[in-house]
Amino acid sequence: MTPTGYFLDHLWMIPLFPLATAALMLFFGKRLPNSAVSVLCVGSVGLSFIYSAGAVIQLLAAAPQNRVAQQILFEWLTPGPMRVGTEHAAHVVRFVADWGFLLDPLSCVMVLVVTGVGFLIHVYSIGYMGHEGGYYRFFGYMNLFMFAMLTLVLANNMLLMFVGWEGVGLCSYLLIGFYFLKKSASDAGKKAFIVNRIGDAGFILGILLTAVTLGTVRFTSQGLPDAAGASGILQALKSGVDAHALSYGAPVLTAIALLLFVGAMGKSAQIPLYVWLPDAMEGPTPVSALIHAATMVTAGVYMVARMNAIYQLAPFAMDVVAIVGATTAIFAASMALVQNDIKKVLAYSTISQLGYMFLALGVGAFAAGIFHLMTHAFFKALLFLGAGSVIHAMSGEQDIRKMGGLWDKIPNTAKTFAVATLAIAGIFPFAGFFSKDEILGRAFDRFFLLWIVGFITAGLTAFYMFRLLFLTFFGYCRAEEHVEKHIHESPRAMTVPLMILAGFSIVGGWIGWPEAFGGENRFEKFLDPILKGVLPETGEVNIAHHAVLKELLLMGASLGIAVAGIILAYQLYCAKRIAPELVAKKFPRLYQLLLHKYYVDEIYDAAVVDRTKDLGTLLGRFDANVIDGVGVDGAGWLARFGSTLSMWWDKWIIDGLLNFGAKMIQLFSYPVRLLQTGMFSSYAMLILVGLVVLLAYYGHHVQVMLRGVR
Amino acid sequence: MLPIENYLFLSLALFIIGVIGVVTRRNVIVVLMSIELILNAVNINLVAFSRLYGDVGGQVFALFIIADAAAEAAVALGIIIAFFRNRETVLEDEMDLLKW
Repeated sequence: MTPTGYFLDHLWMIPLFPLATAALMLFFGKRLPNSAVSVLCVGSVGLSFIYSAGAVIQLLAAAPQNRVAQQILFEWLTPGPMRVGTEHAAHVVRFVADWGFLLDPLSCVMVLVVTGVGFLIHVYSIGYMGHEGGYYRFFGYMNLFMFAMLTLVLANNMLLMFVGWEGVGLCSYLLIGFYFLKKSASDAGKKAFIVNRIGDAGFILGILLTAVTLGTVRFTSQGLPDAAGASGILQALKSGVDAHALSYGAPVLTAIALLLFVGAMGKSAQIPLYVWLPDAMEGPTPVSALIHAATMVTAGVYMVARMNAIYQLAPFAMDVVAIVGATTAIFAASMALVQNDIKKVLAYSTISQLGYMFLALGVGAFAAGIFHLMTHAFFKALLFLGAGSVIHAMSGEQDIRKMGGLWDKIPNTAKTFAVATLAIAGIFPFAGFFSKDEILGRAFDRFFLLWIVGFITAGLTAFYMFRLLFLTFFGYCRAEEHVEKHIHESPRAMTVPLMILAGFSIVGGWIGWPEAFGGENRFEKFLDPILKGVLPETGEVNIAHHAVLKELLLMGASLGIAVAGIILAYQLYCAKRIAPELVAKKFPRLYQLLLHKYYVDEIYDAAVVDRTKDLGTLLGRFDANVIDGVGVDGAGWLARFGSTLSMWWDKWIIDGLLNFGAKMIQLFSYPVRLLQTGMFSSYAMLILVGLVVLLAYYGHHVQVMLRGVR
Repeated sequence: MLPIENYLFLSLALFIIGVIGVVTRRNVIVVLMSIELILNAVNINLVAFSRLYGDVGGQVFALFIIADAAAEAAVALGIIIAFFRNRETVLEDEMDLLKW
């Protein structure tokens, strides 16, 4: 029995609401008052959330294996026959990409996170952006982003997903460069866009390779009226495996998986394409919260999870994902240790947490990755919004060295920020604890070294987050006097979303209450139907038969290192038992390396950016000298030479012949011209003379004539 | 009846006077009058021969020439008046518009 209902039939309306208001803002927003902009833009996201929640509730009414609703609005790319398959099993299929929406447990999670967290951030933005210019432009871009993101998560095929993927990239660019008069902001926007292009190239190659290998880009045919006749990646993989055309570890599947992962690396800021995310903090803080923490950057994780059937058949690609994820996690966490900009710390923390998610995906714990995606969306959005509230209170100051002692001055922000910090540090029973331990547990089962990396990263995370918390909210205030006087709590539009997110940061993890604590991990069971994969033996391994004791020990260990990190941060930055400057002096090389972010930006500049610029200069010189010099100027010289020749010919030969004829006529007509005096009497004289001559000549004829008459 | 030569001499004298007038005089009106003399010389000629041969056709032809002379005088005087209005002259050596 396929699930039905009003909201499921109107899935297409979910992205439509923000699109409509985005269009309204971008065309007419200038003439609307700020209050109307707020009501329209926040309202449309709220409506999207209501429709999403309704659709999810109606989907949950169905049995777990039937929880797929698919709706095709129209065939977008007109179908054509295509030859697919390997050389022994080639066959012709009808390729089609439709404009269709898919709601299954995976997109349920995403759509609720995107619209729910998105709605709260929109509400927050009313307060945060209230004093800024371009209010309507900000909300127009934000709503356009919501449309693109919802298209991305609800798409029923890879091509439509790519449309959303590019749409969020565009909105990210527009919003990072929101203060486009600031050079660093517009540069950061460009950097984000260009780095993402590299990833997108991989993604689109992955899509094309999928299309030629499997003959379809639709994720699944389940939920369609003619499910048996329609094609889907899942079904094509299944039949390919059954026909032995594709097998576990087939090179083509590994290639697809790696290419798609390149796309995910770009969007989700993994090594080596993470460099744009710290710079993206130039955008307004709600943008950092919505796009660069909670939703867009997790699109790569979502995409890999969505394509899990392919990844499960490509073990090498899985290992690559896990290793890249783990490396990114510890690498970014180490950079976050010494950053002094409140938003930069959070940016590196986001990269690090995304690394965790990819680590989860890479070890086959897709559900754990998505679980962490969700909890991370809650607490990281909260951290960014809290940071925004702090910046708001500090009159735009972002340097944590100039903060401190804010706990009593902005209590609501401080308390919610502390909740989020506890959540990201993985303290029981906050949300981050459950998702992080799920990942670490699965990594431990898979490969010990990966667990070690994740384990150390957990300690680093707790340390740098509490460093941030202590420096910002505790101790004495190091702000300048006029700033300190001005410190005030943010308006309710900002603090209420903080409190709601804080609530989710506490309880959000409880839906994945692990079995070791007597729960049943409902979150994982919910996602199970779509994460099974094609081969039963490679799918998600049921952890029910794992030793409970081992699991408890692992949890204890990660909790222990988190607490150790917190205590260390307390000693350094709150109790001041050890001066951080002394530690920095003791390891000057290491400190400089971390402070300069491993010089990665400089290396990229030297290795790629400057070389590209050199190539441009070289090509410019080639253009100026060879193309312009020999080509354009040469052609110009030839044309001028030809026209000189032609002019000479025209002047002397063509005109010359004509003038020669005219001169001849002039010459011979000279005697005749002498006769024409213009004097009447001379003409009369000529007539007379003529008459006399005629008579003299013909006179005898007249005589003869007269004689005859007589 | 006078012999034909008398008429012919009269006619010749008139013709020569007319031709001399046309060729030598500067005033266009005088030239016009000289042309009338030439025409009348011709008329005398025609009437004389008509009488000599007893053929009335010559006299009829003379009548036509008189009518023609009247018409021609009217047209020519009109042209002269128009010309005088434009150039304020009736002297033919000042009428040099015929030369390009």
